[in-house]
Amino acid sequence: MNQQTALRTITYRGAVREALCDALRRDERVFLMGEDVGHYGGCYAVSKGMLTEFGPERIRDTPLCESGYVGAGIGAALGGMRPIVEVMTVNFSLLALDQIVNNAATLLHMSGGQFNVPLVIRMATGAGKQLAAQHAHSFEGWYAHIPGIRVLSPATLEDARGMLWTALEDPDPVLIFENNTLYNMEGTLAEDAGPVNIDHAAVRRPGRDITLITYSASLFKSLDAAEILARDGIEVEVIDLRTLRPLDDATYIASIAKTHRVLIVDEGWRSGSLSAEISARITEQAFYELDLPVERLCTAEVPIPYAGHMEEAALPQVDTIVAIIRRMMDNG
Amino acid sequence: MTTLDKKHAIRLLRQMLLIRRFEEKSAEMYSATKIRGFLHLYIGEEAVAVGVMATLTPEDAVVATYREHGQALARGMSADSIMAEMFGKKEGCCLGRGGSMHLFDAATRFYGGNAIVAGGLPLAVGLALADSMQGRNRVTCCFFGDGAVAEGDFHESMNLASLWRLPVLFLCENNLYAMGTALRYTQANQDIAAKGPCYGMASAVVDGMDVMAVEEAAHAAVSHIRSGQGPYLLECRTYRFRPHSMFDTEQYRTKAEVEEWKKRDPIELLAERLTEAGLFNNEERQSLEQDVSAEVEASVAFAEAGTWEAVEDLTRFVYSERRKV
Repeated sequence: MNQQTALRTITYRGAVREALCDALRRDERVFLMGEDVGHYGGCYAVSKGMLTEFGPERIRDTPLCESGYVGAGIGAALGGMRPIVEVMTVNFSLLALDQIVNNAATLLHMSGGQFNVPLVIRMATGAGKQLAAQHAHSFEGWYAHIPGIRVLSPATLEDARGMLWTALEDPDPVLIFENNTLYNMEGTLAEDAGPVNIDHAAVRRPGRDITLITYSASLFKSLDAAEILARDGIEVEVIDLRTLRPLDDATYIASIAKTHRVLIVDEGWRSGSLSAEISARITEQAFYELDLPVERLCTAEVPIPYAGHMEEAALPQVDTIVAIIRRMMDNG
Repeated sequence: MTTLDKKHAIRLLRQMLLIRRFEEKSAEMYSATKIRGFLHLYIGEEAVAVGVMATLTPEDAVVATYREHGQALARGMSADSIMAEMFGKKEGCCLGRGGSMHLFDAATRFYGGNAIVAGGLPLAVGLALADSMQGRNRVTCCFFGDGAVAEGDFHESMNLASLWRLPVLFLCENNLYAMGTALRYTQANQDIAAKGPCYGMASAVVDGMDVMAVEEAAHAAVSHIRSGQGPYLLECRTYRFRPHSMFDTEQYRTKAEVEEWKKRDPIELLAERLTEAGLFNNEERQSLEQDVSAEVEASVAFAEAGTWEAVEDLTRFVYSERRKV
């Protein structure tokens, strides 16, 4: 960190809000639209107070009609606006899946390059708040399956602050997934924090022994696990994917070429998941670098349960990460 | 329209005739395996697209369905670019990427060609929202069929457009069948126009076989919208003379019913009216037919002479090429 850069304390929620306000001030074509974004202040209080500053045209409350307002966001983008559509949770976004997959992702290709869709869709994702099986899933991997959209997963304060503007400058649809357990996370951020690249994964902790590939809230569990393992002399290199589509293969392949071991931690379900895709790519691109098989730690293949102890058991946790890495190190 | 303006009426007649002959040729090209995939013909419904388009300006936007050759032609897209698109040729309006169901054209603000029933309605709401927020006095005309009325997107879009007083013309082409299932088997209330007032939206019903009546009703609807009074639902009662697609054996309706509707052929209705008024004769009809036929034949020749997009370009336009990196 540059010593001249002043730091301030901020939450992830605050960083997202700052990004939104910045975007609305920078470009009058930008507006925020979604359920409860205005008068309520945002389901996760992200847009609290913004209605007062920007007014109801630009902080636009919508009825409960995910398909309708996501589709309207696509139309508004076609019509020259730069909409930011907020969907309350990833589970609700399934009601808008038709618009996202059949329209947003296809229009440019289907129209022979005539109609691009400069739309940003933000939504909360992830488990950990006892919200049970219709509010707590992680479908980022599903969305990452779809050509034509870009999928972002900001974990850090810098990315929560910086990815939005870069996404808005993108001529194509970008989905931003904010893990609901991160909104209260507090930390320091440069006073002049601004747009960040959305093309590359980031090495969040360098290490020589094993590569740990993860994203979103699992990043912090992974960093905690790396800290514990470091006490025993096991140096874990933690990679934050940041962008889930298109994947930045080069960053994690380079890491594996150094460590020769890899664990993928993914809050999605294992079968047909993002972790499966990454594992396949490693096999394709770095098979001979591996000293032992790729391992994965994913959420148990159950609908997320309500009871706290059961939810905890379903998700990747620090102690599980530590145990898997110890075993992997013992095996070679 | 109280008096017949010959020049205008002949223009409408020519457009309907062009759509009819273009689609007859398309069916022929389908049988000749030049056109593949799904092909949904508009034959019988021409008065709707032609009557409505006559009331729109070039600045307005159009969103249509998978049965949209008629709308595309009436909007001013060339027969060449549409036929070439259906042939899958690079010279087609979408480089052959879309085919019959997905015609797009930026120049005429033609936003498809949406083959998810009711999937275009939210887009129309958004296009109108963009106009409204940018202070442009434009109308977005969204075509959809009676089948779309059962979809959630119809109700969500009607509500949004009315709530935000957006300049959308919801244009329902009620041809009585959602593919092969009659409206009476799918709608508790078959009065589609009546659904407008449920959302605080003005609405009307018009005879969709009478191009003059459609134009008049659409003109009233568009005037209502342009004057800032909010969206409008116009239901056009029409009929598809041909099967739903090329794979439809038409078990769900009788030949007698089809024949009965054919007596109200929109092209013949207008031609007869003009003839009775002494404004049109056989010679002019022949000349019009030849003119239209030449345009259709030329489109086939254009499509035949077209080229195939290079396979190397398969992944072009999945993402924009003008992205900053």
